[in-house]
Amino acid sequence: MILTIETIIIQLAYGMLKSIAIFGLTLIGSLPLGLFVAFGRMSKFKPLQLFIKFYISIMRGTPLMLQLMVVYFGPYFLFGIQTSSSYRFIAVIIGFVLNYAAYFAEIYRSGIESMPAGQYEAAAVLGYTKSQTFFKIILPQVIKRILPSITNEVITLVKDTSLAFAISYMEMFTIAKKIASSQSTLMPFVVAGVFYYIFNFIVAWIMERAEKKLSYYR
Amino acid sequence: MKLLEMNNIKKSFGDLEVLCNISLSVSKGEVVAIIGPSGSGKSTLLRCATMLEKIDAGDIIYLGEYAAKNTAEGKALYAPAAELKKIRNYYSLVFQNFNLFPHYSVLRNITDAPINVQKRSKAEATKTALSLLTKMGLEDKKDAYPYQLSGGQQQRVSIVRALAMNPQILFFDEPTSALDPELTGEVLKVIRGLAEENITMVIVTHEMAFAQDVADRVIFMDGGIVVEEGTPKEVFENSLKDRTKQFLQRYSHK
Ligand SMILES: Nc1ncnc2c1ncn2[C@@H]1O[C@H](COP(=O)(O)OP(=O)(O)OP(=O)(O)O)[C@@H](O)[C@H]1O
Ligand SMILES: [Mg+2]
Repeated sequence: MILTIETIIIQLAYGMLKSIAIFGLTLIGSLPLGLFVAFGRMSKFKPLQLFIKFYISIMRGTPLMLQLMVVYFGPYFLFGIQTSSSYRFIAVIIGFVLNYAAYFAEIYRSGIESMPAGQYEAAAVLGYTKSQTFFKIILPQVIKRILPSITNEVITLVKDTSLAFAISYMEMFTIAKKIASSQSTLMPFVVAGVFYYIFNFIVAWIMERAEKKLSYYR
Repeated sequence: MKLLEMNNIKKSFGDLEVLCNISLSVSKGEVVAIIGPSGSGKSTLLRCATMLEKIDAGDIIYLGEYAAKNTAEGKALYAPAAELKKIRNYYSLVFQNFNLFPHYSVLRNITDAPINVQKRSKAEATKTALSLLTKMGLEDKKDAYPYQLSGGQQQRVSIVRALAMNPQILFFDEPTSALDPELTGEVLKVIRGLAEENITMVIVTHEMAFAQDVADRVIFMDGGIVVEEGTPKEVFENSLKDRTKQFLQRYSHK
């Protein structure tokens, strides 16, 4: 059966929704988790600090594709647990969140460590509690400082969603590959490329707006 | 009445003993100037008084309440957190490099802690802030952000921020050292004005003429000890110690 270009686009658009879901859920999970990981990394409690350091080095030192496969096949091969079919998507999200949290943690950490001690001291003298100091004084400034690095990661994430093909999750790229091989045409890849580009264009635009919004101070 | 008593304070950083058994007491309405060469421990003393740094031994007493008390073993024991929180309300500190919050407007820099720390009403905190800003000639800057102000203006805002907390004692650590020479005057003028209002202040400064002029008492520190202490006249004109004379000579030749 020859698929028309419209059908290809519709099928890819459907895959696109899945890609967007991976993208959105990954950010929702990994941005806050990354902050906790950063705290762990900066903890004075040595065992925790070392554990987090190890975790981050594994996440950054091995391919995300491999991590997805471990999360997806791990329960069965390591523990003999039979996973249900819905686990594929869950595995994708777990893998992405764990991976991106590690990257975000390092970005948060560099941002937090770049804050001048004077800001903490001014807050301490004024009587702010530790958590007030962090959430009112430090974090807003850290976010401004790290936003360019976050933007880089977020744009990489758009493209990384295609790695879910490693465990055959039906996001856009997996669908494009399937159509391409069954129809022997490069057309789906071209369409998918255009989709990714538009997606990233929008993401970049949003991030730029956010950076502008924070440019009211220096 | 004594607002602050620091008795036999000891503080080391590693092997370096920075404060060697220093005592400082400040009465209500008094202006104390602390002078001394670089590295003599002046900032460290202020940082210990404001609890930015922990002392190793000695007492810190604000208005008769112990923030830290020397134990029988000769180690400083700090009061419980709730007590320290209360004591923090008794003082404020103006930093050399202002340390304003860059993401807050001038007004918010001043009102945020009164509202969120002291739980005062927004209306009252704003009113206090605006009247202090007006007094400093900065009322038109209330919506500006720190980066839009000159160093002198930033330092005056940070003085307002400290005053807005209604402290009993105001500490200054070299309030004009980060400023261009032509901007120091406006800040010193403000501090002079506060002295005239009998606000209790402890000022670390390298501005000798200012210290001589504004202080009720001058403390000369060197090597982590108080070398000499007295009225400006006693210290600047009739100093008894050679170290003080040498220091003052070096400064007057600058
Ligand atoms: N956090 C720290 N860790 C280690 N050493 C420190 C620390 N803070 C201060 N010191 C040392 O303590 C000594 C006293 O420093 P302090 O800043 O109190 O001097 P100061 O009298 O304020 O000098 P200046 O006039 O240059 O400001 C210096 O030798 C300094 O290097
Ligand atoms: Mg100093």
